[in-house]
Amino acid sequence: MTTTLDDTGLPSRTLLPFLDREHTIARPGYSRWMVPPAALCVHLCIGQAYAFSVFNLPMTRLLGVSQSTAADWKLTDLGWIFSIAMVFLGLSAAVFGRWVEEGGPRKAMFTAGVCWASAFLISALGVHLHNLWIIYLGYGVIGGCALGIGYISPVSTLMKWFPDRPGMATGMAIMGFGGGALIASPLSVWLMGLFASSSDVGVLNSFITLGCVYFVFMMVGSLIVRVPAPGWKPEGYVPPANATKLMTKNDVFVYQAIKTPQFWLIWVVLFCNTTAGIGVLGQASAMSQEMFPGQITAVAAAGLVGLMSLFNMGGRFSWASLSDFIGRKNTYFVYMMLGFALYVTVPYAGASGNVVLFVACFVIIVSMYGGGFSTVPAYLRDMFGTRYVGAIHGILLTAWSAAGIAGPVLINYIREYNVSHGVPKAQAYNTTMYIMAGLLVVGFLANLCVKAVDKRHHMKPEDETDLEPARAQAAAAHAQVMPRRA
Amino acid sequence: MSTTMQTTKSEANTTPLQLALAWSFAGIPLLAGVAQTLVNAIKLFH
Repeated sequence: MTTTLDDTGLPSRTLLPFLDREHTIARPGYSRWMVPPAALCVHLCIGQAYAFSVFNLPMTRLLGVSQSTAADWKLTDLGWIFSIAMVFLGLSAAVFGRWVEEGGPRKAMFTAGVCWASAFLISALGVHLHNLWIIYLGYGVIGGCALGIGYISPVSTLMKWFPDRPGMATGMAIMGFGGGALIASPLSVWLMGLFASSSDVGVLNSFITLGCVYFVFMMVGSLIVRVPAPGWKPEGYVPPANATKLMTKNDVFVYQAIKTPQFWLIWVVLFCNTTAGIGVLGQASAMSQEMFPGQITAVAAAGLVGLMSLFNMGGRFSWASLSDFIGRKNTYFVYMMLGFALYVTVPYAGASGNVVLFVACFVIIVSMYGGGFSTVPAYLRDMFGTRYVGAIHGILLTAWSAAGIAGPVLINYIREYNVSHGVPKAQAYNTTMYIMAGLLVVGFLANLCVKAVDKRHHMKPEDETDLEPARAQAAAAHAQVMPRRA
Repeated sequence: MSTTMQTTKSEANTTPLQLALAWSFAGIPLLAGVAQTLVNAIKLFH
């Protein structure tokens, strides 16, 4: 029997000790600019989730191949795969957030990589056996957990490496999540074309290939990521002596943070911003064609969706970077006020037939939707410190899950209601736009109420000791039975 | 029972080549995806 000891001379707590946080501490000379590509390796892979819909239509022809048969799956049933994955994204980020924070980024990225590859391989099995429940389990549950763990895994590490530019750092990673779909969509279509034959739509082999490719990519990310040594600071970096009230130097424990009004106010801010953005993002193609019949064709609408994807991705980096200069609260004020103005302008653009104005409104809205995701980790860091920011961020992502339901429902049901009551299709979205603008007013007020966290919530030195009593006991016991290495 | 003592390996300074490789590994697929999307998006303006 072999007992592996870690570099402190204590028995390792895991089967794979190289994944532990203490084995990922950077040695002097490690460049912090290695961390963003490591984070991108993970986020670019899990961002595939946004492009999963490219498999939906081919998966309705798995048996019939050239056309659907009665035994083939229905689109409505297949839609649940993505929905389950999104629900498990939020749940796993909330549940495993503290484990991710304490276990370190390498362990989290490795776990996310294994889960993400497994999601595709299990789904391939589901396709092979033509059993949709296996795909719900594979891509929906296990893939959803990979999304949640992978999404939060590099966030706090990046902010520790870039204390001078935390918004820019998280923006780079979360930009990858937006960009993942840009790669996955054409790649998936190309793979299905490659593997398709007269008896196969090519989904099974595409899933296996994607699972293998994503596994390699995510393992590379997990191998090159490092955490900074305790007390490390960038060369020449001096923490601002007169930090604003909204930038704390203290840490708040994860379960204490969710007891603060600030956490829930930011939850509301993210929920409102995401609901507003997700509503138009998912319906942009249909909405543009119905608002501009004859002017925006199906092909042009697909181009608009592509353009919005680019702005979604670019907004994640640019808005979060801007927040380093104007502050997080002010950035969200911009999202809410500018968003309000743009949403109320969309009906005017539709009524006047101004396509350019319509497109400009949509791409800016969607850039702020992306920016909302990438700015929020730095906002949390400002409010609650860096110690548990990953775990707190994980719980906050439940706002995303909630918005994922609220946004499309608002858009679809209100449109249906309007159309069924005789409103012309070109004007059926007007009410929704005003409701979205109203949501942003709620978000604006919530953001306005965000104040500095009361110091009674801050962690005290004794709290640190309380957090790992088992580790402390193990260390003490080990010291008695085994002499430490010289 | 045998005991294996494990130490952290020394790591060399990050070289420009390592940085270039890491950024290329993540950046090239991303740029390819962006280029492909731009090509599709241009159809909006035709």
